Amino acid sequence: MSHTTDDRARLGIRESATFDRQTIAAIHRAAETGIYDIRGWGAKRALPHFDDLLFLGASMSRYPLEGYRERCDTDVVLGDRHAKHPLHLDIPVTIAGMSFGALSGPAKEALGRGASEVGTSTTTGDGGMTPEERGQSKYLVYQYLPSRYGMNPDDLRKADAIEVVLGQGAKPGGGGMLLGQKISPRVAGMRTLPEGIDQRSACRHPDWTGPDDLTIKINELREITDWEKPIYVKVGATRTYYDVKLAVHAGADVVVVDGMQGGTAATQEVFIEHVGIPTLAAVPEAVRALQELDVHRDVQLIVSGGIRTGADVAKAIALGADAVAIGTAALIALGDNHPRHESEYRKLSSAAGFFDDFQDGTDPAGISTQDPELAARFDPLEGGRRLANYLRVLTMEAQTIARACGKGHVLHLEPEDLVAVTIEAAAMARVPLAGTDWIPGRT
Amino acid sequence: MEQVRAFDLRAIPLRDVNSALHAPDLSGEFVISHPDGAHSVAVGMDAAVKVTVDGHVGYYAAGMNQQAEIVINGNAGTGVAENMMSGSVWVKGDASQSAGASAHGGVLVVEGNAAARCGISMKGIDIVIGGNVGHMSAFMAQAGRLVIRGDAGEALGDSIYEARIYVRGEVASLGADCIAKEMTREHHQELEHLLKAAGFEGDDTSTYTRYGSARSLYHFHVDNAGSY
Repeated sequence: MSHTTDDRARLGIRESATFDRQTIAAIHRAAETGIYDIRGWGAKRALPHFDDLLFLGASMSRYPLEGYRERCDTDVVLGDRHAKHPLHLDIPVTIAGMSFGALSGPAKEALGRGASEVGTSTTTGDGGMTPEERGQSKYLVYQYLPSRYGMNPDDLRKADAIEVVLGQGAKPGGGGMLLGQKISPRVAGMRTLPEGIDQRSACRHPDWTGPDDLTIKINELREITDWEKPIYVKVGATRTYYDVKLAVHAGADVVVVDGMQGGTAATQEVFIEHVGIPTLAAVPEAVRALQELDVHRDVQLIVSGGIRTGADVAKAIALGADAVAIGTAALIALGDNHPRHESEYRKLSSAAGFFDDFQDGTDPAGISTQDPELAARFDPLEGGRRLANYLRVLTMEAQTIARACGKGHVLHLEPEDLVAVTIEAAAMARVPLAGTDWIPGRT
Repeated sequence: MEQVRAFDLRAIPLRDVNSALHAPDLSGEFVISHPDGAHSVAVGMDAAVKVTVDGHVGYYAAGMNQQAEIVINGNAGTGVAENMMSGSVWVKGDASQSAGASAHGGVLVVEGNAAARCGISMKGIDIVIGGNVGHMSAFMAQAGRLVIRGDAGEALGDSIYEARIYVRGEVASLGADCIAKEMTREHHQELEHLLKAAGFEGDDTSTYTRYGSARSLYHFHVDNAGSY
């Protein structure tokens, strides 16, 4: 029985802030099962985020551009430092790495369709490249992960870029997981694993350790692909300043920084919520590293982890990113957590807006599953259209803000266009607290 | 008879050599001299040709090989034949760590010793080591066969999946979920075939022990908490 605040006041009962109901439920669950909680999604706790920043639109001291009349470009070139064939994307919003295995085949196809429709890239994941995904993706980034599941040189040559993955924001320092429910015959075949096992991926690469080795590894990948493909290095946001510097020294063309709000298909809850730093804190650290090495904008920075709106896109770029990547938001655009599945989410002891059991493969939306019946519910054509629409909205929103700030290209946004509404955000983003010229720790 | 094409790495940049070895419709035989420890020698090959490297190589020699028969007349650095798909790589000397890492196919022979993590994450390759291997060899090995004619270091086959390991000498310790298994007639024949292919025909297969997965860690379970 639940009580309203008034009820509780009348009865004189009080919930502990430390041992709240969620905590109590988690302790009961642990006591009953003896194993940690594994779930999907990213950090759900409240964190300083892009919402804590605001743009200073133009007025007297700056003049704006006319919406719909004056151009505001959105294209971005990624990987032109060393690669013969850098990516030239129409919009600065890319699709983050998500595996076939974590996602159904039709869902991966939809990501390719949606991204291609608006001229941006999508990314493979921990499990290899599928022909459907390659076929539907105008620009496909091929992830090179510690597990090396499905890694082969033919697919490497088919890729438009290679992303060496050192970590992800949801679990920096952790390896991949895919529980048995999702290790279908096809997934097992692609990963060379027995069907139905609980897959635990390695967290370190099998043939290199540390930044000096990474330099040699990147060189090997370039030699194999005849220096054609841009090489990205992806890190989960932790010691971002040092990691970005080392990635650049190792030869990365593009650095991808994934904050702790970045999603996962299956990770321990304790890992998701307690390891890593917020995206907002990571971006300025990455930019500082690039600027000190005098490669800001030459080595491009892609930021991911909690990007939802065109405002988030614009803010990440204003702080110094060249592009963003979306994962969770892309899945939502495909139809994840849609209210139309409410009754089925209830049957899974969840609800639309709360569902995060991607590890179970029971997704009513047919996205994070390998169950053929559930996957068949998802229409990749409709999913692709929805994603393309969403990407267009993100882009138009970012353009709206950029024009208001007087910019002819979204990449012209800069920290000077931003203020913070909280002291924490001001300190992390290194922009002034709104209405002041105070940057905590700086001025 | 096709002419042997020679590349001297003291005279020609590695990029040019690898580029030449990636040429379409490649055929014939190639010799690379004076590698002097260079990294990424003969990587990304995809042709049924023979490549001989005269000297010691650095990291990732013959990485991701497809089809080619590559002989290294010397020692190999980290990750020789990493992620090989097919073909063969033959190291006449010793190999550093992560030999044959994550390789999906083909044959890797190291006549000398291999260091730590030999066959780590292997996915179908056959590896024959003439001497000893270091610690954590066949870590998370998924498929393929690893034959060790000498001794194995600590934590052999930790978290192994379906790969098979044959060891003639001593094993310092087994990793989590790796156990000794019975040698049936099928295994003796398999081992004999592998040894023969690697030029070690004289070995008595009854002196070898087979190791593989106990398959007890294939599913998360509270009873296995101590092994996680």
